Amino acid sequence: MANPSANPSNSPSVQLGWPLASTLTPQLRRRLNVGDLLFRGLTALFALVLIAIGGAIVAVLVYQSSESIQTFGWGFLVTSKWDPVFKEFGALPFIYGTIVSSFLALLQAVPLSIGTALFLSEMSPNWLRGPVSFLVELLATIPSVVYGLWGIFVLVPWVRTYVAPALSTTLGFLPFFQGPNYGVGMLTASIILAVMVIPYITSVAQEVFKAVPLPQREAALALGATKWEMVRLAVLPYGRTGLIGAIMLGLGRALGETMAVTMVIGNRADISLSLFAPGSTMASVIANEFSEATYELYVQALIEIGLVLLIVTVVVNICARLLVWSVAGPNAGTRGA
Amino acid sequence: MRYRRRRLINLAAQALAVVCTIAVLTPLLLIFGYLLTKGVTSLNFDFFTQLPKPVGETGGGMANAIVGTMVLIGLASALGLPVGVLTGVYLAEFGYGRFGWAVRFCADVLNGVPSIVIGIFAYTLIVLPTKTFSAYAGGFALAVIMLPIVARTTEEMLRLVPTSLREASLALGIPSWRTTVSVVLRTARGGIVTGIMLAVARIAGETAPLLFTAFGNQFWHHGLSGPISSLPVQIFTYAISPFDDWHRQAWAGALILLSLILLTSLSVRFLTRGRFGAVR
Repeated sequence: MANPSANPSNSPSVQLGWPLASTLTPQLRRRLNVGDLLFRGLTALFALVLIAIGGAIVAVLVYQSSESIQTFGWGFLVTSKWDPVFKEFGALPFIYGTIVSSFLALLQAVPLSIGTALFLSEMSPNWLRGPVSFLVELLATIPSVVYGLWGIFVLVPWVRTYVAPALSTTLGFLPFFQGPNYGVGMLTASIILAVMVIPYITSVAQEVFKAVPLPQREAALALGATKWEMVRLAVLPYGRTGLIGAIMLGLGRALGETMAVTMVIGNRADISLSLFAPGSTMASVIANEFSEATYELYVQALIEIGLVLLIVTVVVNICARLLVWSVAGPNAGTRGA
Repeated sequence: MRYRRRRLINLAAQALAVVCTIAVLTPLLLIFGYLLTKGVTSLNFDFFTQLPKPVGETGGGMANAIVGTMVLIGLASALGLPVGVLTGVYLAEFGYGRFGWAVRFCADVLNGVPSIVIGIFAYTLIVLPTKTFSAYAGGFALAVIMLPIVARTTEEMLRLVPTSLREASLALGIPSWRTTVSVVLRTARGGIVTGIMLAVARIAGETAPLLFTAFGNQFWHHGLSGPISSLPVQIFTYAISPFDDWHRQAWAGALILLSLILLTSLSVRFLTRGRFGAVR
């Protein structure tokens, strides 16, 4: 044991007989407080728990779907027959449904979100900015199931009587707008999805615009640019990477969105070009059939769909994070998104 | 001439942005409007005190679902908050290295994992071995969802604590872990509570992960190791049913659920107004 008088700070490391204490110089000993080490270790342990959960989710899903993976192989992803009665499982209709509904949702949500974000960051008078961005964020607090409820009883009849007939009379020559129209289907699901991802894209886009340096704007204005020209020449090009990130964050949300979609998409394992036709997404088929799956392979096939969904959303999210981080720093878009 | 054209385009672009904003806010107003009109007319005293009635009988309420949601939130908080807050402390205090980067990244990715996948995770981890749907499984799933949110907001809040406060404490000879616990955490207390409430508001409306973990229950739950009903799942079941009376109750349930969530997030906003700039 070292001489206690050599350690005027009276660090607890000496009192507790920390094994390293005797081998360290007094200066180092003062820096290595046992309480600090323990505290750091404890918090690091919990941080490790978070990483472990992330890893465990992947491991559990792979393990629980191993039988299905072995039985169907890669064909699972490109087979469109989903027939639990004859034990035939192919995930293509759900992959198709997920991609199409998310793509359509982004098609509607992206222009609206960017327009709103531009309004909020570049044009809005100061007194209006707070209330409006608060209202946009309120959209993100509405639970998915409430969107679904509203979708079933308000949006579905509305699409059935107004939107779909209007589309088929004006754009009916396209295969997307032909066929019977039930109200429930891909189109309705994509509208609900669009409303749900708008707040996420808007809030990240706003942060991206905020990250554009002020001199950049001032330079454009000094050259005599109008406000729109300033946005087009200075703001949008600077924020392009971040905007793509924001859109991908929205895509990640749309891909995994479950309840609202399940309630309005019609839930049929078909692939149809028509947007009026009922469909199904990866998330919605799990929500619908998981608790009714009666035998092992059925459950495994559903878990494998979950695994595919997980991989896709994780890849999309990683790309999105890297893009957003590179523009607005690692703390952008953590809240809400 | 050219100038006039440019000004017109400028005007048109600005008008377009305003139109976008209005188009974004319209669904919000529509949803709130319908919830209020349909929900309020469907609310009555029974809704808060009665159990659901069997199919075909009108009346009844969602008392068990309201309590169930509270129980699930409590369970999720008990599991998720300690891990989340301490992870946040690690990120803010020691998270400058590669491991910190990995944790931060993992938290953000975990935040983007679809909640239904987390439901499957909880199902295989808890429901399969115990062979029963349970409140524990539902609470665990919700805890996993709230974990990354709490971790990241805690980190942000701790970062807002001025360095001079830490330095003052360290200058008094207080070890840095005591500084973190007694000075930094105490100062950021309000902000951390804010993050927690935001996370609670988020999980309160989660439905997908509860479908096959907590499952649902038409009666009062018996203990935590059995199925338990919750407001979101009850709303879902009632909404897709063919019965008018159940639809009515679904609207009432949705109004109550949204009120709970809004109350939580609005009070956060009100309490922290101006104090924590990062909190919106």
